[in-house]
Amino acid sequence: MSAILNDETKKVLTTPLVNDNPITLQVLGICSALAVTSQMSTSLIMALALTLVTAFSSAAISAIRNHIPSSIRIIVQMTIIASLVIVVDQILKAFAYDVSKQLSVFVGLIITNCIVMGRAEGYAMKNPPLESFMDGIGNGLGYSLILIIVAFFRETLGSGKLLGIEVFKLTKDGGWYDPNGLMLLPPSAFFIIGLIIWGVRQWKPSQAEKVEFKILSIAHGEGGHH
Amino acid sequence: MPNKCKHIEKLNATLEQYEQYRKFIIYKDKVLALGNDSLEKTIAIAVSLCLVCAVLVSFAAVALKPLQVDNKAADMKKNILDVAGLLEEGADINAAFSEKIESKLVDLETGDYVDGINADEYDQRKAAKDPAQSILIPKDKDIAHIRVKAKYAKVFLVKEGGEVKSIILPINGYGLWSTLYGFLSLEADGQTVQSINFYDQQETPGLGGEVVNPNWRALWKGKKVYAETDQPALDKGMIGEADIGEPALSLIKGSVDTTKPGSQYQVDGLAGATLTSTGVTNLVRYWTSNEGFAPYLKKVRTVKGVKS
Repeated sequence: MSAILNDETKKVLTTPLVNDNPITLQVLGICSALAVTSQMSTSLIMALALTLVTAFSSAAISAIRNHIPSSIRIIVQMTIIASLVIVVDQILKAFAYDVSKQLSVFVGLIITNCIVMGRAEGYAMKNPPLESFMDGIGNGLGYSLILIIVAFFRETLGSGKLLGIEVFKLTKDGGWYDPNGLMLLPPSAFFIIGLIIWGVRQWKPSQAEKVEFKILSIAHGEGGHH
Repeated sequence: MPNKCKHIEKLNATLEQYEQYRKFIIYKDKVLALGNDSLEKTIAIAVSLCLVCAVLVSFAAVALKPLQVDNKAADMKKNILDVAGLLEEGADINAAFSEKIESKLVDLETGDYVDGINADEYDQRKAAKDPAQSILIPKDKDIAHIRVKAKYAKVFLVKEGGEVKSIILPINGYGLWSTLYGFLSLEADGQTVQSINFYDQQETPGLGGEVVNPNWRALWKGKKVYAETDQPALDKGMIGEADIGEPALSLIKGSVDTTKPGSQYQVDGLAGATLTSTGVTNLVRYWTSNEGFAPYLKKVRTVKGVKS
């Protein structure tokens, strides 16, 4: 095991979890993080599907990286990613029909997930297959981590359940918890992800972006009043 | 001698194949050695990548197709058993379905059973998309917003000792985001609701998506589909045609007050999902109207003369 996990692979596997998380630092892959996180079960399957697609597409792209003509580079990457996504979608439909029904169109939308493309273009094009595979797994796990956190809050607060099992008894079933309907709608994921990003950047201030420009106060402002 | 000839032929063929393979390898090496940005390599890479991906995708699609078809059929059967109240946890769905449920085709216009078409293999959703097997719904009658309906509908009968116990009708209609597909299960009188469910819908989870909530679905049990216009006739023990009025069942805002008259035609609306609730009202009314199953249910009633 230690032979496979040299320092580089360990690094690419663990840094995307917090230090270089695709969602909180790079703010990629937000669309599906909004769409599928109203339930934990769909989030888990989505996370697994995306991790596998990122890993295998990165490995495949990396394997032929020295022969990809730069003029059709993006299309080559897209073709590989799209094929893998279709295969994953077919497998889900064959072996996890109920989940694939719930995920519906979002599995297909992994194709457009910026994390997959980002890792292909940013890492796999320059690194050997094994490292690229690990990098894909790492970034997939980083994405999964955020998805699981968001789904945890959305499902418990929105429907009083976790993985479909009752956590808070709802008022409509004679319990005490009045579910927060906003949590079931996609915008709530924005708030939760925003809070996570805030938290992470408080914890690790180096992740906060530098201010690109300074807003001048009116007293020192020059021009504009002609 | 002829034996030897055959051997030589075979050998020649193999040699030829080998020669082609060699040419391919040489060409491959030549292309791979080319600069990445040369036109020839760009085209060669694009074509071969497409070929490999196409083979991969089609292999997955074809190899997994039987499993997917089975899944879909099993899911449908599960929903039918569920709406009939016959779904048992862990039981074999296919066996339970073929044992307890009979599929029949109904001509929506006349309300008669259709013979000569295998009902088990008939796909109503597919038929609705085929112009030869479907009917365009006039705009003013299309309250469920489905535009077309199949000429023949596939209904399911639950029989017990030769007697029809419940009638399961396929229903569909537009909600807020999506067309809802489901089943409405009526008792043998064609009037009392047994259950309803939706097996295909994309309404907002937690709001309109609550159409699949078992607690809400349980509210439907015992509700009446049609307004009963002539109460005295009921006392005679027969539901005749005269007693059955227009489709009356609807979802209301808030909770149903069961003490009020007419509450047998009302079901609680879904909180926070007015448009989905309206959609469900419309689709149930559409499918129980003369456009839908009213002619069929009328015939079922007169044939059976169900005692109330």
